[in-house]
Amino acid sequence: MAGVAGPATGSGAAGGDGDDSLYPIAVLIDELRNEDVQLRLNSIKKLSTIALALGVERTRTELLPFLTDTIYDEDEVLLALAEQLGNFTGLVGGPDFAHCLLPPLESLATVEETVVRDKAVESLRQISQEHTPVALEAHFVPLVKRLASGDWFTSRTSACGLFSVCYPRASIAVKGEIRQYFRSLCSDDTPMVRRAAASKLGEFAKVLELDSVKSEIVPLFTNLASDEQDSVRLLAVEACVSIAQLLSQDDIEALVMPTLRQAAEDKSWRVRYMVADKFSELQKAVGPKITLNDLIPAFQNLLKDCEAEVRAAAAHKVKELCENLPMEGRETMIMNQILPYIKELVSDTNQHVKSALASVIMGLSTILGKENTIEHLLPLFLAQLKDECPEVRLNIISNLDCVNEVIGIRQLSQSLLPAIVELAEDAKWRVRLAIIEYMPLLAGQLGVEFFDEKLNSLCMAWLVDHVYAIREAATNNLMKLVQKFGTEWAQNTIVPKVLVMANDPNYLHRMTTLFCINALSEACGQEITTKQMLPIVLKMAGDQVANVRFNVAKSLQKIGPILDTDALQEEVKPVLQKLGQDEDMDVKYFAQEAISAVAQRLRKLDFPVKDSEEPSAPGADKNHFLRPRGPGEDTGKGPAYQLHVNTRDTLPQLDTAEIVLFLPKHRLISRI
Amino acid sequence: MIPGLGALTQDTLWCFSQLKGTVEIGATEADIISTVEFNHTGELLATGDKGGRVVIFQREQESKNQVHRRGEYNVYSTFQSHEPEFDYLKSLEIEEKINKIRWLPQQNAAYFLLSTNDKTVKLWKVSERDKRPEGYNLKDEEGRLRDPATITTLRVPVLRPMDLMVEATPRRVFANAHTYHINSISVNSDYETYMSADDLRINLWNFEITNQSFNIVDIKPANMEELTEVITAAEFHPHHCNTFVYSSSKGTIRLCDMRASALCDRHTKFFEEPEDPSNRSFFSEIISSISDVKFSHSGRCIMTRDYLTVKVWDLNMENRPVETYQVHDYLRSKLCSLYENDCIFDKFECVWNGSDSVIMTGSYNNFFRMFDRNTKRDVTLEASRENSKPRAILKPRKVCVGGKRRKDEISVDSLDFSKKILHTAWHPSENIIAVAATNNLYIFQDKVN
Repeated sequence: MAGVAGPATGSGAAGGDGDDSLYPIAVLIDELRNEDVQLRLNSIKKLSTIALALGVERTRTELLPFLTDTIYDEDEVLLALAEQLGNFTGLVGGPDFAHCLLPPLESLATVEETVVRDKAVESLRQISQEHTPVALEAHFVPLVKRLASGDWFTSRTSACGLFSVCYPRASIAVKGEIRQYFRSLCSDDTPMVRRAAASKLGEFAKVLELDSVKSEIVPLFTNLASDEQDSVRLLAVEACVSIAQLLSQDDIEALVMPTLRQAAEDKSWRVRYMVADKFSELQKAVGPKITLNDLIPAFQNLLKDCEAEVRAAAAHKVKELCENLPMEGRETMIMNQILPYIKELVSDTNQHVKSALASVIMGLSTILGKENTIEHLLPLFLAQLKDECPEVRLNIISNLDCVNEVIGIRQLSQSLLPAIVELAEDAKWRVRLAIIEYMPLLAGQLGVEFFDEKLNSLCMAWLVDHVYAIREAATNNLMKLVQKFGTEWAQNTIVPKVLVMANDPNYLHRMTTLFCINALSEACGQEITTKQMLPIVLKMAGDQVANVRFNVAKSLQKIGPILDTDALQEEVKPVLQKLGQDEDMDVKYFAQEAISAVAQRLRKLDFPVKDSEEPSAPGADKNHFLRPRGPGEDTGKGPAYQLHVNTRDTLPQLDTAEIVLFLPKHRLISRI
Repeated sequence: MIPGLGALTQDTLWCFSQLKGTVEIGATEADIISTVEFNHTGELLATGDKGGRVVIFQREQESKNQVHRRGEYNVYSTFQSHEPEFDYLKSLEIEEKINKIRWLPQQNAAYFLLSTNDKTVKLWKVSERDKRPEGYNLKDEEGRLRDPATITTLRVPVLRPMDLMVEATPRRVFANAHTYHINSISVNSDYETYMSADDLRINLWNFEITNQSFNIVDIKPANMEELTEVITAAEFHPHHCNTFVYSSSKGTIRLCDMRASALCDRHTKFFEEPEDPSNRSFFSEIISSISDVKFSHSGRCIMTRDYLTVKVWDLNMENRPVETYQVHDYLRSKLCSLYENDCIFDKFECVWNGSDSVIMTGSYNNFFRMFDRNTKRDVTLEASRENSKPRAILKPRKVCVGGKRRKDEISVDSLDFSKKILHTAWHPSENIIAVAATNNLYIFQDKVN
């Protein structure tokens, strides 16, 4: 029982002469009511251990009654309890005693916190399967009835999720009662309960006899779908899917479609939104014939709905809808019935609608084929690439691969370039960040020549962006490009430019060189790293800014594994040792870290190291931040802190990503 | 219809029931009551104060042997809802004052309420506990540690009855969604959402989700120089979950339908009374600003309070109110001095009685007014310590408007403008009212013989 947590008592003599096996359990039981939530949670999570020690009898007669009344606890404790009880049948004596678990779960099913209630219902559903048919009717069904007729709506909402598990195994008479209870919850006074019933309607319909579905569920569905509260009506749309799956085509037409048509034209946009959102599921559930006759016209209306939220939801479904149409006549139908509406949406007034469309429209090209794509879709893509909203352009660019497969990217490249350049220079750094992330993808699609000619300069420009997040992303981007285009390309195009920045007057740019080297060294391999990068890094060890110097130490640690032992021994070690004597304590710290890492590597390669160079902190902290400081050390007066005032990046030019840099030095370290 | 609620004034005699709060003169600023609210059954009454505290009173069960004492309200729970804070980004102090309290419909044995200060709405759970577990394994009855060696059997704790304990726990904190000061919160009849309104925006929240809310109304102009009106109050329809109203500083009310569109910047109905040109003055706009808006329980009418009047509007008539009641018209001639002492900006609230037949709102000098909509009779009552003898009947008060003052009248000039009744509440089904007078809460009931 090593896992038993917490010194709940001052007694250190755990066990001692007493019963070794009881003591840990005793601690666990006592901690069920410890003041510390974490300890209570811990005990609840080990409830099975407690139950095992108590035995089935005492678990039933003592532990469960206690748990039933302790529903005052924090949500996370109750959640854990609800979950535990779902797997407790074996611990109370097997299926014959499963009903003993019902009282605590019943009280959990009435708490106000939805996650706890849902978990209690889930466990109850699990336990219901372990009841014998007799026990089900003797214990479980009465529980469902109690919950369903409870005073407070929390218990009634919980009941809604339990009907479908007890119905299939109940006797005919009880089945009738269960249906009756469900009916009354569907017309409950409180919308919360009606919503719970509506959301379980489909699930309940699935376990009912087909006749009952038609005679009872359909009327309930129709009622809920015309509830006075739109929050209830919109849930009926979901039920539509499950009910339609159970019925024949004729029955769908007669029993479901009138309601669905009504929902698609509901005066509440939230209901129409739900129809749009569930469109693919509806389409599959009602089958191709009804789709053609009813759903396509409904979809056209949703695409030109007066509410932008609805149009956006429908626009999201365009590709799925087209994919799911029957192959026969699909192309014609899309061209005639869908495409005209899409064309309208390309110039929608709302940017969310346009960007929703842009995220799926490229997918149509595979469905429509090369010629249609060039003739009809390409103009739309080009228009969206020029859209005023960056998100629309980004969504098009991020899905270029779909088009590339069908028509090749050359068709687009003329329009692509201006769009990329504009995004690359967008005033919002988050937009710039987004386009950087697509660069490796674009580079792969466009090829190395096009990239060198048009995009390389952009990638280099990002390295000197005034927002740190962009410089960081640009660094990672370079690494991915090298992985794509190879080391030779790196050596010719990227590495020289990166290394030149080591002489930049701005210390932030000099540090970027180091970050690039950190990222590129592995992809570039030993030769380039040793011959081209290492000399620059070593030279920077003499930088006047402390931040650069300690990053030199970090870089040396990073590229150490790539270098051979000669370079490590002859070149890296002396420089690190010098940095280890630096006047700045952060430089010293990181130099020590690097020295110990390098020493370890050398030792692995069978080079003896002097004792004095043993790592000062074994298992060095990889995160580097928040290392302990002595009480006399003043964090605010280090040289790096003073230098910040003199850097060229003055406060007004910076946006949020940069502000962190002006905090005292120990925060600075954690940021970089 | 509840018996005895139909007629008022002459027919209903109000008598003193209880006085809450410190009786000494030197009450601190923090003790000033800033909101009063009954829950849906009237069993509980909550007050919030400038010190960020919420006090909940519970009605005692009626006892058979004290027939005339009908269920008094006693303190049930007191807790600190909000603390003073400081917004470091804007260098602004955020007061702890409770601006509004709204009860949620009861969902289990516990009670839930929303309380808000200028920036943050909190959901509180108030629950009872009357059992506590007893029996430890490692400690004996006196709490002394046992020698682990003596533990030979396991003990499962047993729950034993104890004195009732009421706990208030914060369940949700809805923060960081308002740039301006929150003036209203209102729970939707779908039991799932509520809205919070500040000077320029209204946000819609789900009770379960604290990290996002939907902005449904935004009247902030692109250029703040062009700002001409602000939102002063907002409320959901009591039954239609899609409908809400908000009032503005220009004396207008907008009704919005959330079904029509996700953003409700465009209203469905616009209630405005044309201004009487003869009454126009420098103060017209200030006194027409609406300080409170309330749907009737039936949901058919809305009531608005401006500086001098209470108006009742039929939802189906947008061009003028169906009823207008003068609260203290005698102040019309004193607007200049009320402007100078800032009283003209006081935000008086108004309430309906349980059957929507009577309206109550506050005034100065610790006076409050009731208007019977059926008989058209009105009455001025006073919340004062002199009257606070058990079951003392409240005498109607009169303010003298003419030159000659009768014996029982008080002249306009001797009204005390520092004593104002801004917040009142009416029991949802009975004639019990709660009136906040600065740091005191008065509870009055109708006289039953």
